[in-house]
Amino acid sequence: MELILALAIGVLCGSGIWLLLRPRTFQVIIGLCLLAYGVNLFIFGMGRLRVGAPPVMPKGGFIDPTAYADPVPQALVLTAIVISFATTALFLVVIMVARGMTGSDHVNGIERSETAPLAERSE
Amino acid sequence: MVEENLLIILVVLPFLAAVAAMTLSINARNAEAWMGGLTMLIMVGILVSLRPFVQDGGSIQITVFWVDAISLNLRFVLDGFSWLFMILVSGIGFLVVLYARYYMSPDDPVPRFYGAMMAFTGSMAGVLLSGNLIMLVVFWELTSFTSFLLISYWNQKPEARDGARTALIVTASGGLCLLAGVLILGHIAGGYDFETVFAAAEQIKAHSLYVPALVLVLLGAFTKSAQFPFHFWLPSAMAAPTPVSAYLHSATMVKAGVYLLVRFFPVLGGTDQWFMLVAGVGVTTLLLGAVIALFRHDLKGLLAYSTISHLGLITTLVGIGSPLAIIAAIFHIVNHAVFKASLFMVAGIIDHETGTRDMRRLSGLRKWLPVTTALAIVASAAMAGVPLLNGFLSKEMFFDVTADWNNGSALDIALPYLATIAGAFSVAYSLRFVVTVFFGPPSRDMPIPKPHEPPALMRRPVEVLAVLCLAVGVFPMTVLGQPLANASVAILGAGMPDFSVRIWHGINVPLMMSAIAIVLGVAIYLAGRKRIDTGPEGPPLIRSLNAKAMFDTVQTALTGDLSREVTRIAGTSRLQPQLRALVMSAVVAGALVLPGTIWWPATPIFGLQEMMFALLWSVGATCAIGAAVLAKYHRFVALVMMGGAGLVACVSFVWLSAPDLAVTQLLVEIVTTVLLLLGLRWLPQRRAEITGDNAPRAKLRRGVDLMIAIISGGGIAAMAYAVMMVPPGLNVGDWFLRNAYSEGGGTNVVNVILVDFRAFDTFGEITVLGIVGLTVFALLRRFRPAPESAETPSPQKGASKDTLDFYMFIVSLLMNWMLAAAVVLGAYLFFRGHDLPGGGFAAGVTIAVGLMLQYIATNVRWVDARLIVLPVRWIAVGLLIAGATGAGSWLFGYPFLSTHAQYVDIPLIGDVPAATALLFDVGVFAVVLGSVVLMLVAIAHQSLRVERKKPRRDPAEAEGEA
Repeated sequence: MELILALAIGVLCGSGIWLLLRPRTFQVIIGLCLLAYGVNLFIFGMGRLRVGAPPVMPKGGFIDPTAYADPVPQALVLTAIVISFATTALFLVVIMVARGMTGSDHVNGIERSETAPLAERSE
Repeated sequence: MVEENLLIILVVLPFLAAVAAMTLSINARNAEAWMGGLTMLIMVGILVSLRPFVQDGGSIQITVFWVDAISLNLRFVLDGFSWLFMILVSGIGFLVVLYARYYMSPDDPVPRFYGAMMAFTGSMAGVLLSGNLIMLVVFWELTSFTSFLLISYWNQKPEARDGARTALIVTASGGLCLLAGVLILGHIAGGYDFETVFAAAEQIKAHSLYVPALVLVLLGAFTKSAQFPFHFWLPSAMAAPTPVSAYLHSATMVKAGVYLLVRFFPVLGGTDQWFMLVAGVGVTTLLLGAVIALFRHDLKGLLAYSTISHLGLITTLVGIGSPLAIIAAIFHIVNHAVFKASLFMVAGIIDHETGTRDMRRLSGLRKWLPVTTALAIVASAAMAGVPLLNGFLSKEMFFDVTADWNNGSALDIALPYLATIAGAFSVAYSLRFVVTVFFGPPSRDMPIPKPHEPPALMRRPVEVLAVLCLAVGVFPMTVLGQPLANASVAILGAGMPDFSVRIWHGINVPLMMSAIAIVLGVAIYLAGRKRIDTGPEGPPLIRSLNAKAMFDTVQTALTGDLSREVTRIAGTSRLQPQLRALVMSAVVAGALVLPGTIWWPATPIFGLQEMMFALLWSVGATCAIGAAVLAKYHRFVALVMMGGAGLVACVSFVWLSAPDLAVTQLLVEIVTTVLLLLGLRWLPQRRAEITGDNAPRAKLRRGVDLMIAIISGGGIAAMAYAVMMVPPGLNVGDWFLRNAYSEGGGTNVVNVILVDFRAFDTFGEITVLGIVGLTVFALLRRFRPAPESAETPSPQKGASKDTLDFYMFIVSLLMNWMLAAAVVLGAYLFFRGHDLPGGGFAAGVTIAVGLMLQYIATNVRWVDARLIVLPVRWIAVGLLIAGATGAGSWLFGYPFLSTHAQYVDIPLIGDVPAATALLFDVGVFAVVLGSVVLMLVAIAHQSLRVERKKPRRDPAEAEGEA
């Protein structure tokens, strides 16, 4: 289980990082999302893997903590999911606005083949 | 108890007055002056009532505990020394407020002036009453900032901005040095409270870090009190309105520096290093200031350098450090404040009435301003040290102390001669001030030809101060004896000698020195008079050595040329190298850690479950790699594949006992996909290959990046595996599991952590979400799509009207109905949240998805005509509810965001958890709903922008869609 999940995290993060280094904005945003999956699973894995032991308890009384999965990484990942969503949304809008203003979807706002400064270029 | 609270009021009151002053109307000159003046008078009143407590070495203290473990507490102390200083600050403050009422012109925006002035007073009070080193530094820096505001008050003038900036850079950097020094002191003494530090005085002086600490603290004090070589900020601060100069450079700002010296004398003083550094710098400043002052043509420039010189005198006294020298230093602090404040006010009156401060244009003002002339003569005589005035007495004491044998060093032997020469120059510049401005033939060269006396109330502060000069000068012990003794005892403690300030000690060394100084000063003035008046500004020889110009050169070099150069060499505006550097540094950090990992032995079990999981992730990995490969040319496919990877992650969460994560991941997955789909339209079409995409360089770049990606992916996988194989020990999660029900009243521990145990984090998180929503909204308000995106999408081109109107009619009808289902599902998820997977966040996203479906099913206009969501209000209300729930626990005496939990039996529904956390969750729900809808709707609305560019459609047609 652990080995499979570790490999999965590696593939997700590797794909994400490769995309992160690419020149097109859409590649970068997909890369960020994949990286977020990988990192979320990584944090989640820090609480160790348990099957069939969700941290939802019966009411009242003393409970045995070892019978349940660790809730702390789960709470952290829940927050991380929300924040990565917010980042994606913000980044998407930046992409849209940058495309509208520069006419290019290159991450530098200018195509590599073009050398003229931004302001002088016409659409 | 009353007196302790009065202490806090002394610090807080001016800040409250500052806030009040800022809120008054722009030309409420009288109201501002009344309020400022009353504040100062109340402070004086409080101080007078506290006087019995600071008698004979007594003090009042109050500690508000904050972080006691690291000795970081709010500690206020008032002793005899700070009492005397506070009297100066508030007393002269009152006179300055009164003076400023008539000085400021009706065009000046007074709220800003009085606001900054009151805030400055409060910061100064904070410095003086601090009983904790860290707190002292904080207030110290506050005085730097508020004085920046005061100096730059006339911000339309470039010299005011420049002077304020110089002052801020010099004094605030000094403050940072002071902070470093104070940290060393606290480290040695084992605490930051004054008592702790003072008790450790011997230990500090013997410590190997004594010299660094001393130098750092002195840097703080010297920059503040404008000691050489940091003196240049003070003259350039003369661009401030004159009341500001009168306040900052007589009783407050620059005196904070000497206050610090005197205050720290018992801890740091008395050593050879102290003597050489403090007395050396002090006497250099004293001499230099006095010489330069004589050659200034600007009235305020002369007074500025005279201030520097007198501060040098006080510094020298503290440097010498004999008990009598300390008493003299405190005495001169008071005397200088009194005569210098009055002289600045006189300079302001002259400027106000004649329109100039240039001594070459001013002459014979005696004829028009007889009373002001008399006051100016008294004050300048005090400055020169003429008998029967206060300046004479402290200068006598100074001469006396310098003439004594201290430690026999070269500096000690030279001191009396240097002191006499400086005294002579101070007589000379005082004489020049009085003679050129008030005597001689009436000037014909003034901007305002026939000046007259200022309003009586503008002159009154000067009168009060001049009378004080005389009173202290003639009856020193009656007027100032007791406060001076109290202040000295506070510093010197038991070692305090009997002292008596008298005018006549008989003919002795100091008297001879005084006499020589006066005769020599008159001679210097008479001999150099013509040449000084006609010559350029500044003394010969050192005229070209302009400290301010040097400072400016260094500043330009550091902040302009150097930073430009560094940016050119090390900076890039391209994103890819930056990200590559970021990833590579992470790789390096990982490479440093991984080899040392202890691998936990494990025998991999490979049963059916593992097989299934592996199968699942083979799909997930394929999706991830596919998305990576296709994201360039096949964006839509890449998006679908990314969604696939997300779903696999979601299934893994369910599998591995994290139902809450699965719910959230699934919902966020939907919203993210919709969001990206909406964004796809605004990106350029990608049909042909990008030019140069198959060039060798591009291939090489991709190859390198692939290596980086494989290495980092492998490293992360290795780390994850290494950690996951270690059996878990005891951890904080166990505590949460044990206490979730008893403390938080819920059985879903993840939810209890989010809304109860760690609710403050969640509060921050929803705030971030709200901010992102608003940012998205704001960014898109000015969105301009690229022209090719603005055209009608190709599938719609050439389609008939019927096709467009009834496009996927059944599906969209179903989607309309889904809203009700989404709301019910949201409500369900919300209410079960505390006990079972779900919660405010999931509920918010669910309903947002339901709303989003409406936009997809029909179009923006159709939805806008029927649904009013007002997402911004949802965000605001949500934050308010969450914040108010948190604050509500204050009412019951608990910390922010404590919760109360119980179950309520509602008929038909049954036991419902009614924890206050549920209320907090309502806030979470509202913010999430608002933000998500705001983002999605803002992007969806962009299609309307395209519509506007084309000729409007027939309104009837739009109506037909309904």
